[in-house]
Amino acid sequence: MTVAGGRMADDADLKTLPLDALHRRLGARMVSFAGYAMPIQFDGIIAEHLWTREHAGLFDVSHMGQLLVEGEGAAEWLESLAPGDFKALQPHRVRYSLLLADNGGILDDLMVTNTGRNFYLVVNGATKHGDIAHMAARLPAGITLHHMEDDALLALQGPQAVTVMSRFDLTPESADQPAFADLKFMAGARWLWNGIKLGITRSGYTGEDGYEISVPAEHAEALAEALLAHTEVKPIGLGARDSLRLEAGLPLYGHDLDPETTPVEADLSFAISKRRKTEGGFPGAERVLDQLFNGAARKRVGLAVEGRMPAREGATVWVGAEQVGVLTSGGFAPSLNVPIAMAYVATGCAADGAALEIEVRGKRIAATVVPMPFKQKNYVREGDKK
Amino acid sequence: MSRLYTQDHEWIDVAGGEATVGITDYAQGQLGDVVFVDLPDAGRAVTKGGEAAVVESVKAASDVYAPVSGTVTESNPALADDPSLVNSAPEADGWFFKLTLSDASELDGLMDKAAYDAFVASL
Repeated sequence: MTVAGGRMADDADLKTLPLDALHRRLGARMVSFAGYAMPIQFDGIIAEHLWTREHAGLFDVSHMGQLLVEGEGAAEWLESLAPGDFKALQPHRVRYSLLLADNGGILDDLMVTNTGRNFYLVVNGATKHGDIAHMAARLPAGITLHHMEDDALLALQGPQAVTVMSRFDLTPESADQPAFADLKFMAGARWLWNGIKLGITRSGYTGEDGYEISVPAEHAEALAEALLAHTEVKPIGLGARDSLRLEAGLPLYGHDLDPETTPVEADLSFAISKRRKTEGGFPGAERVLDQLFNGAARKRVGLAVEGRMPAREGATVWVGAEQVGVLTSGGFAPSLNVPIAMAYVATGCAADGAALEIEVRGKRIAATVVPMPFKQKNYVREGDKK
Repeated sequence: MSRLYTQDHEWIDVAGGEATVGITDYAQGQLGDVVFVDLPDAGRAVTKGGEAAVVESVKAASDVYAPVSGTVTESNPALADDPSLVNSAPEADGWFFKLTLSDASELDGLMDKAAYDAFVASL
């Protein structure tokens, strides 16, 4: 059997995360990801996945890029890079958005928070340096771009995340910040915990309710230990992060999204705000809006895979003798106990219920286009009673 | 009957001209949760070091190689219903397939348990 090198994460070129020592103490298996030594698993991917769906999982996502955009006209400038309506983004609200190339291809997906004083961006770890270069090359006078390299990012995800965080004594950093108990899904602000400044958004990448918490790197371990002290919380590795996001139908940059793919093809048209659909003015708007109104040739879809054998990224998708697409993510869904996949397929084969075949090791497996998320999301949105 | 091991973390039990093949406890630990095993059909000829099966964990597919050349006589039917046997009993109920050896001299290059344990300790 081929076994991945057990010493991979001891590579001298790999950077370490602020929580590296804690991960190793907790028995993590470390792997190389986005240039960092990162925990792939602790107790096992299935156990960690199911724990997060039932309780609360703590993820170290400090490899991701945290950026601050500040200055007069920052919202307008962001609108020249991404198709969101940042001028209308209210203070303390968070939006999912897409950094677009001039041809409308997706350079990255990101979260944008209006802090009231500036815009706080979270971008992918593997793309952050490219994103920063892209943005810096387009930075106008009067606007600053700051890479928060001294801050770690933790995610607490799962139905018990709210219960756990409610036990923390969190004081609004200033009078204009909301009380923590009032924080709704896709909202964020800054609080003080034991004198430590935390930037918290109610968001995540698992399909569960939860938080992403920005914390100065020197305090990351104290915060992680404080979270793990609650019996509801266990550390979760990258393996379960991937299976959780796949079940939630959330695309992974570099796999399901890339510079060759537009927001419409990626089925992320919701990230093009209503005003921007009318006004355009974002990179590649002409092409993207043409696809939006007239259709694109291919589309990202979810596939239910028949049987037990997982189909992986790169597997081809067929209707009879015609190849109609390719898998961009695929694996086993622990909460559903079946294999699932994401694929780009020709639009004519993209309707829910379309019967397709996936080729795996020379064999054809039946698959059906299904709506995503595969697993119903458990977000607690504004107005929900939960 | 003696158990021999490969550097690719397969084990093989040989009794006469028949052998049973699986992956080691070390290998299953490296793989993590096994969710599917793609096993060879009876009658398939396999060659030493060639692909014989595929074991799928949550995160990846890994090839399993034939420790020796031969013809597959049976694959483990229990793995279809419960692939996690590879995790819970890799060197017992989680066996992969049986084969008839075509060249018993191919066993000569394989490791005994002490040699394999030393090999794993060196990784």
